[in-house]
Amino acid sequence: MRTLLDAPSKVEKRPVMGRSGPRLKRSQREALAAYLFILPDALGLAIFVALPMLFSLSLGFFSVNGFGGFRFVGLANYQRMLIDPLFRQSLWVTFVYVLILVPALYVAGLGLALLVNRPMPFVGVFRSMFFVPNVVSLVVVALTWQVMLVDKVGFINRIFEFFGVSGYSWLGDPNITLYSILFVTVWFLMGYYMIIFLSGLQEIPREYYDAARIDGAGPAATFFRITLPLLRPTSFFVLLVSLVSAVSGSQAFDLIYIMTRGGPDNSTSLVIFYIYQQAFQFNNYGYAAAMASFLVLILLIVTFILFAVTKGGRFHFT
Amino acid sequence: MPEPTAQIHAARPSRNVFRRLGPILLFCFTAVLAVLTVSPLLWMICASLKPGDETFSPNMLPQHWTLENFQYVFTASPFWRYMINSFFVAGTITVIALWFHSMAGFALARLKFPGRELIFLIIFSTFLVSLPVIIVPLFILVRQMGMVNSYAGLIIPAIFNAFGIFLLRQFYIAIPQELQEAAVIDGASYFRIYWSVMLPLSRPILAALAVFFFLANWNAFIWPLTITNDRNLWVVQIAIASFHQQYSSSWNYIMAGSAIIAVPTLLLFFIFQRQLVESIKTSGLK
Repeated sequence: MRTLLDAPSKVEKRPVMGRSGPRLKRSQREALAAYLFILPDALGLAIFVALPMLFSLSLGFFSVNGFGGFRFVGLANYQRMLIDPLFRQSLWVTFVYVLILVPALYVAGLGLALLVNRPMPFVGVFRSMFFVPNVVSLVVVALTWQVMLVDKVGFINRIFEFFGVSGYSWLGDPNITLYSILFVTVWFLMGYYMIIFLSGLQEIPREYYDAARIDGAGPAATFFRITLPLLRPTSFFVLLVSLVSAVSGSQAFDLIYIMTRGGPDNSTSLVIFYIYQQAFQFNNYGYAAAMASFLVLILLIVTFILFAVTKGGRFHFT
Repeated sequence: MPEPTAQIHAARPSRNVFRRLGPILLFCFTAVLAVLTVSPLLWMICASLKPGDETFSPNMLPQHWTLENFQYVFTASPFWRYMINSFFVAGTITVIALWFHSMAGFALARLKFPGRELIFLIIFSTFLVSLPVIIVPLFILVRQMGMVNSYAGLIIPAIFNAFGIFLLRQFYIAIPQELQEAAVIDGASYFRIYWSVMLPLSRPILAALAVFFFLANWNAFIWPLTITNDRNLWVVQIAIASFHQQYSSSWNYIMAGSAIIAVPTLLLFFIFQRQLVESIKTSGLK
């Protein structure tokens, strides 16, 4: 059977029985084939990613009940956002979370990559060991750390006790809990960023290091004058991905849902968790969407700033 | 002899000591750090093999080894059912996603058509949209489509992501033009070129992506949590999370459940780590 996707054949000029309409030129066929190839994914992305994105911007102007009824409420949801102390608190928690997580991941990822980028026995095994937390689900990670961080008798407190430090409530003290979550997040993600940095490091030509050694450059000078500048595209990627995933709570949501539920005293209630609670616990879909669109705005601004500062990751020297 | 040279000579012994000791110290440091990194996972597996009264004992290894926790997980709940659900959902998403993404990636890399750059840019920009941000409107949309509490609701929205398309496009761009031209001269249709030339060539990257997608969807939590509350549709992550709410103090059972759902992912990682690491590297490059 011949279809429109078939390549042109030598008998093209001859009229084919049973085929109606004009035959397509080769370039037209190629384009048609391409559109058909892309169609399933394009349609899916449009419906399940782009549409919700646009939908979230308009949903904020409605009140939505649990059965799918919509009522236009104008700016009411946005006004509520301004006076909601829990929303303001969640913004602050998110700010602290992002401010610590992004640099911590950068340092941990790059540090590990530098550590395992040199020849040493078992280096492949070590790389795998640093990466392995990343293949376990965040639910399992959350549950495991929750047991280990239990007050008094938990494994972590036993270790601290051994060194004469005791009495910390890692998931019960509002001043500490966010940092416990941050620690677990870094533990989970550092291996992933290690691999990204490793591939960046391995792209740097060896000659630069040889030349530096001949010139008598020490390890510090080599790192700041060669490694760091040449890693800039990788750094940009790492900063962008870690920033976006930190603001949108890609890892934090699962951890917080299992370990703290936003507590104690709302100290771990990230915006993304508060939005989820408002939507699916209190059925305030419209209000949740209004907050989500605010979050999207923040994401756009942050991404824009990152692109502007780094000139799209190209980072030319001054 | 001038002064400076003498100083260098004097400094040499200590530097030599450092040169020899440095790598050993670095090795020890790396080894300790690596062991510390995996220790929580080892602790979890050990805790799943301990009786309940030993969960909080200071020893890492069980004093009395037991499989009773695992027995309990499988008898107190239809855990097999949850595992089959997870397997079915993650497997289906992986197969369909690889099919769709490889077609789109092939077209974007190898075929000429008006709007190619623009379409690629639009697809790529959805890369930055993460699920938690759009979960409320996505849920409402999928609810209007009548897919709440259904396999369709678990599977279909999870198929589409720009990451796979991007990675496969990068791969197809690197394939020599001659292979495609030879196929065109032989009169092969574009579908034939995709199916008989490109797909076989991309077997390694498809394998890598398959592991990647399967892991990601086996581990997924927030979407299944949002779209299902029917126990028959629970995936393992939801099951263990609700287990946790139900038996919040029986940590030995919860750790056994955790071990059951973590071990397949660990095995997949150990078998396919090379491919997995390759696909992550590629994503970080350009």
